[in-house]
Amino acid sequence: MTGAGAPLAAPLEAHPALADVPRAVVRGRVVWHPGRDRYLETVVALRDLSFVTCSDLCGVDYLHHPGRDLPRGVSPERFEVAVHLLSIERVERVGIRVQVPESDPVLPTIVPVFPGAEAMEREAFDMFGLRFEGHPDMTRILMPEDWEGHPLRKDYSPGRVPVQFKEAPGPR
Amino acid sequence: MSDETTTRDAGGGLAADGDRSPFDEILERETAEGTQELRSRAETTPDELAREEGAILRLPEGLVLDPGDVDVEFGEDETMIINMGPQHPSTHGVLRIMMELEGETVLRSKPVIGYLHTGMEKTGEELFYIQGSTNVTRMDYLSPLHNELVYSLAVEELLGVEVPPRATWIRMLMCELNRISSHTMWMATNGMDLASTSMMIYGFREREMILALFEKVTGLRMNHNYIRPGGVAADLPDGWEDDVQAILDTFPGRLDEYDELLTGQPIFRQRTEGVGVIGPELALAMSATGPILRASGIPWDLRRSMPYMYYDELDFDVIVGTVGDTFDRYAVRLNEIRESLRLVAQIAERIPPGDYRVQDKKVTPPPRARIDESMEALIHHFKIFTRGFEVPPGEVYTAVESPRGELGCYLVSNGTNKPHRMHIRGPSFVNLQSLPAMLHGGLVADAIAIISSVDPVMGEVDR
Amino acid sequence: MGLEDLSHNFLTGQLEELVKWARRSSVWPATFGLACCAIEMMAAGAADFDLARFGMEVFRASPRQADLMVVAGRVSQKMAPVLRQVYDQMMEPKWVISMGVCASTGGMFNNYAIVQGVDQIVPVDVYAPGCPPSPQTLMHAILTLHEKIRTGELTRRREGEGAGIHLDEGGATVPGWVQPPARPVHVGTPR
Repeated sequence: MTGAGAPLAAPLEAHPALADVPRAVVRGRVVWHPGRDRYLETVVALRDLSFVTCSDLCGVDYLHHPGRDLPRGVSPERFEVAVHLLSIERVERVGIRVQVPESDPVLPTIVPVFPGAEAMEREAFDMFGLRFEGHPDMTRILMPEDWEGHPLRKDYSPGRVPVQFKEAPGPR
Repeated sequence: MSDETTTRDAGGGLAADGDRSPFDEILERETAEGTQELRSRAETTPDELAREEGAILRLPEGLVLDPGDVDVEFGEDETMIINMGPQHPSTHGVLRIMMELEGETVLRSKPVIGYLHTGMEKTGEELFYIQGSTNVTRMDYLSPLHNELVYSLAVEELLGVEVPPRATWIRMLMCELNRISSHTMWMATNGMDLASTSMMIYGFREREMILALFEKVTGLRMNHNYIRPGGVAADLPDGWEDDVQAILDTFPGRLDEYDELLTGQPIFRQRTEGVGVIGPELALAMSATGPILRASGIPWDLRRSMPYMYYDELDFDVIVGTVGDTFDRYAVRLNEIRESLRLVAQIAERIPPGDYRVQDKKVTPPPRARIDESMEALIHHFKIFTRGFEVPPGEVYTAVESPRGELGCYLVSNGTNKPHRMHIRGPSFVNLQSLPAMLHGGLVADAIAIISSVDPVMGEVDR
Repeated sequence: MGLEDLSHNFLTGQLEELVKWARRSSVWPATFGLACCAIEMMAAGAADFDLARFGMEVFRASPRQADLMVVAGRVSQKMAPVLRQVYDQMMEPKWVISMGVCASTGGMFNNYAIVQGVDQIVPVDVYAPGCPPSPQTLMHAILTLHEKIRTGELTRRREGEGAGIHLDEGGATVPGWVQPPARPVHVGTPR
């Protein structure tokens, strides 16, 4: 369902920065799995290959997940950042998934490349506690500024308030 | 600085007639806050556009000012930082904008959100897949069917089920009607923001026709929970063709009236033309989608470029603007209503008979009548509504074209009956980032018009 | 407000009736639409379900000029202090309608982000259930409020910070004033 466009694999892999980045093809779409150190250059390389806009950037917490399919050479960590880029010219989407360890939840920011990712990275910080190095405004965006905790982490309880239902008033 | 051009260039130059705008001088001075250069939009290179200098106000959001600290004496060269919202009649919901003003001119601004944060993504992880659409539908509450659609498409892709054609056509019909009602609502509120209260009343009058049809089909006027994974919740009722025909007969004439009411009115045109311009490179860099992107000149519509459901079999135009100002965004939306009317007419003719949901025992509950007859159907109904269905592990990102732009759903499943992570990419959340660039250099009164033209729905911004 | 100092006799009774009639015939709502319920509130003010027949189509932007706060939509943690501030800025007499289940009890969002009922922050007069309540339900709530105004909690002053204050239970007392016997307000549901 990605629409017509140039063939996926060959032109993208030909780029020198992308040649040895592990990748997978999921449902007809290429998903790159760079390590944290190669993340920014992968993003820049894809931007140079006409993926000019960042559709989405979100964090995922894989605590308690039974196990996911990762290509060889990629070791799973607790957090993951999933980025989806879109190319208007090639009419194609591409995914990037980076593993982020719990002990050091830091990732370089892609705001200099895609300014539109600024609010998305702030949301990932707010909800998961993932810090993006070099971000112009690394503060909470959805929760109040003095909130403690990162709500979308799996070890953060949803905060349900026990509700006591009163007896129904009976037939009128 | 500004060229002697008679056509406005897409880079956003305000000066159409070769005159130097009086704002150009203000933009060149240094602000009191430091060394931020505010250059005129016309001379920013594409490289700098990507870095977006000088439009975003970098101040902490939690600033609390003690009235006793305020120094009433203002110097001539001092700028003033004011707050617009969150409770404000014109901010389209609970949006707060911190603006730095020099007199009436907006220099830098910062949208502050989070006043409607509902934890819907966390709630999504606690609900079964079949309950998910009740949650998701309340995000973008002006076009709830699109939220349900993108969520259902994502779940169906992970499940690997094929939705029957009739269900898909019904979904398309409802979604296009929802696009019409959302754009009509936008025209109503936009008219009111620009002080045309009659537009508000007229727009709502039209919208009631569509809402009455929705109530007939789905049971509710808003937040329908109609499009569910596997198909739709119920078949179209008898007589729906007459209601759709009534809508198709009434709307074009009324739209022409509104066209004349607004487009033909010099005050409206002066308030919107040349105001809030955003060029195509900047719009792409800020990840703007939908009418904002199309108004700046890029013909990107997911229904045409990456068709989903049966949009590739239908005949419609993608409306594209030239300048990227507020008037273009208005014109794009107005004409999109017309295109959606065309689509509704085509879809209404082509809906085939058949099942309205996939006949897969694991996913779809049995018809209610059969529960009285068959024990197996009863057990099956019970299991689906108390335990839900399991979805094989995987990740998917699906996107549809909502009235505001690209609405995406990133769904991660872990093999159980609840999603592991459900993230909705709300178009308004991303579109709001282009707001500082549009407000830059305009007047405060223009700010109202610009915010209205971005059409943010805070439910999907904050989720 | 000097009405509580008056001794109650026939003439002041008629004056009270006049004042109550005036108050319920032009209740001006403050714009406090938050989420989906706000759309239904706007629809109630628009063409098909006209609020202007109750004198209520003017939604005042400034809380100082408003009588009624219709909390339409879910109240998040960040919005709660703003809500209280707007409520405090309104002048007495003021009323609150909690529109929708999210404002009444937290609705379907029983989680960390939503205040479980706006009555934890402000005292509520009428609760309107629905998700969202259709404009007819909102109008029924408004008519119930008009009944409340008509049957006279007029000179009673509400105290307290919220937390489920119910007006029928007597509420706060003003020294020297005898509370009229509480009559339950019933705007019958047509059968």
